[in-house]
Amino acid sequence: MTIHRLEKIWIGMGLALLVVFLALVGVAAFAFGMHPPTGHALGVEPERATEVPPFDRPGLVRNADGSYDAYVVAFAFGYSPATLEIPAGATVHFHVTSTDVVHGFSIPGTNVNAMVVPGEVNHVVHTFDKPGTYLLICNEYCGAAHEMMAGTVVVR
Amino acid sequence: METAKTSERFDRGDARMMLAHVLFAFAALLVGGVAGLLQGLVRGGVVTLPAGIGYYQLLTAHGVLMALVFTTFFIFGFLFSAVAKTAGGVLTPAARRLGWIGFWMMAAGTLLGTVMILLNKATVLYTFYAPMKASPLFYAALALVVLGSWVDSFGVLCQYRNWRRLNSGSAPILTFMAVVTVLLWLVATLGVVATVALQFLPWSLGWVERIDVMVSRTLFWYFGHPLVYFWLLPAYMCWYVVVPKVIGGRMFSDSLARLAFLLFLVFSVPVGFHHQLMEPGISSAWKYVQVVLTFMVVVPSLMTAFAMFATFETTGRRLGATGLFGWWKKLPWRDVRFFAPFMGMLIFIPAGAGGLINASHEMNAVVHNTLWVTGHFHLTVATTVALTFFGIAYWLIPALAGRTLTPAMHRLGIAQTVVWVVGMAIMSGAMHAVGLLGSPRRTAYTTYGDSPEAVAWMPYHVAMAVGGTILFVGVLMMVWNVAALLRSPRGETEYPVAEAESAEPVPALFERWGVWLGVLAALIVAAYAVPLSELLNSPNPGSKPWVTW
Repeated sequence: MTIHRLEKIWIGMGLALLVVFLALVGVAAFAFGMHPPTGHALGVEPERATEVPPFDRPGLVRNADGSYDAYVVAFAFGYSPATLEIPAGATVHFHVTSTDVVHGFSIPGTNVNAMVVPGEVNHVVHTFDKPGTYLLICNEYCGAAHEMMAGTVVVR
Repeated sequence: METAKTSERFDRGDARMMLAHVLFAFAALLVGGVAGLLQGLVRGGVVTLPAGIGYYQLLTAHGVLMALVFTTFFIFGFLFSAVAKTAGGVLTPAARRLGWIGFWMMAAGTLLGTVMILLNKATVLYTFYAPMKASPLFYAALALVVLGSWVDSFGVLCQYRNWRRLNSGSAPILTFMAVVTVLLWLVATLGVVATVALQFLPWSLGWVERIDVMVSRTLFWYFGHPLVYFWLLPAYMCWYVVVPKVIGGRMFSDSLARLAFLLFLVFSVPVGFHHQLMEPGISSAWKYVQVVLTFMVVVPSLMTAFAMFATFETTGRRLGATGLFGWWKKLPWRDVRFFAPFMGMLIFIPAGAGGLINASHEMNAVVHNTLWVTGHFHLTVATTVALTFFGIAYWLIPALAGRTLTPAMHRLGIAQTVVWVVGMAIMSGAMHAVGLLGSPRRTAYTTYGDSPEAVAWMPYHVAMAVGGTILFVGVLMMVWNVAALLRSPRGETEYPVAEAESAEPVPALFERWGVWLGVLAALIVAAYAVPLSELLNSPNPGSKPWVTW
């Protein structure tokens, strides 16, 4: 099997680009902590999520270092709490779970975009620098009123 | 022995079985196209559906009929024709019988599934994510389609084995490629069969109370990504072997074409996590491992791009082209067998670039579950693959039906291709743009209570409706063309199979299937064993069924 000289160069350049690209993606993820969201099991039946901490009291909790933890429950067809009020500049650690089917957790205009899976707690972090009213929407089909499933994040 | 019958007509019994597959595919295209048109109009705020029909019902029907039914039926019709034409001239009685059994199983599954969708018993989309629970008959219908496709696969393998028994040396290239495609399909569908048989069916029947959602999603996406290569490889068969013949040239390299197929086989399965990057339960490190494996298909993709343009240039120069780009003018632009697949290739350049973005680990957060993704696969499967399949249909249908491909058909086909590309440019372009702004996919008409952000998405949604309407005209034109092909004057149509540029022998290693399947199995185990066992051992008690539509 002979490979044309130009094709060797072409594939070689492609491979080199690929190595550089994957290295960049890897460095961004593992050295700078830009991981995709990930999470862990809730530990109880999904429909009982609101009976146990921390999701028995959904909402914002301020931490000693000034950051916030936001515990949000997704359900067909809404979020609890439906509105989150956040001071501008605050870093928010979202912890989201679902009591029924799979939902989405997306804040357009930011990189917040996570799958909400029943029985699992997903995590995503975002720093809200710009004040304003952000839309929080479900971007995973979840049933008849999926297009109504939304909340708001108010940054002031 | 009859091995070199490439210029002769198909056996009539064989042709009937292959035509049944191909025509069923186009019937699905028509019904799926109606669903697609209505979806586009609803989302654009142009129409509201009459009582009783739901947007998500249409979405389920569109996805199932286009992505699963149109593709699978067309592909098996084409693969059977490829092995019949190049490995023996006629199908063995066993292969033909398996082809008919597979056809009827898939047809029955499709009809049952469609009825369940129309009855609103299965509005779970074609990805049917747990814990939304459809009627058990819907899962049984899907299982029937997949098992039918296995029977078809065994038919293709049966023809290959028969050829292998009677011949030495490497298999004819189209047969080789057909075998790689069905092996990929058999390995990939193990995931979806496992989740349907072991999880969805017992759970939807009420035999078990709970389903492990993350395991079912992982098994689904183990299948879901190689599925797209199952669509792509038959298109590549056309690009590598058919298109060179149509333009009056030769295959750039027989061995490299086979190697590209083997690399696709090996690298297309252990990559499903790049569809699950935004999900809990899987660690970032394992996601990254599969991101790296995902990108390995860059190598055979670059090989394919090189081979295509090398063929075009070599052929053009042989036909007397001069200058750096003179060969461009020597390509047969008025031949639909070339023009339709070529437009598919061209669209694959931006489509592939978009795919790199989707699979890029953290960058996925920008586009995940937005209309960007819908725009992406409407370029890949609904343009690159679909236009190539249409391009195949223009010669395959008359070759099977004993008809001729007339100059008038070439003109109709080119017009259809242009309409398709224009409609898709508008629809997919708008989807990509509004997806970047965050507009979600798989969502009915909504302004989220007149939120300014969502209102700003509306012009793009209207553009999607315009593009979708043009595409529906394209579907109608294609169905018209298929009907016209069946009524064109009787005669013979060439089944174009190119010769290789050089008669260099193919490495024998390429047909040691045990080696390639062994490498594939090792990669699958490496990519999935640990994260899947973590999911199986997770303290998640699982989910009860929900019907939320």
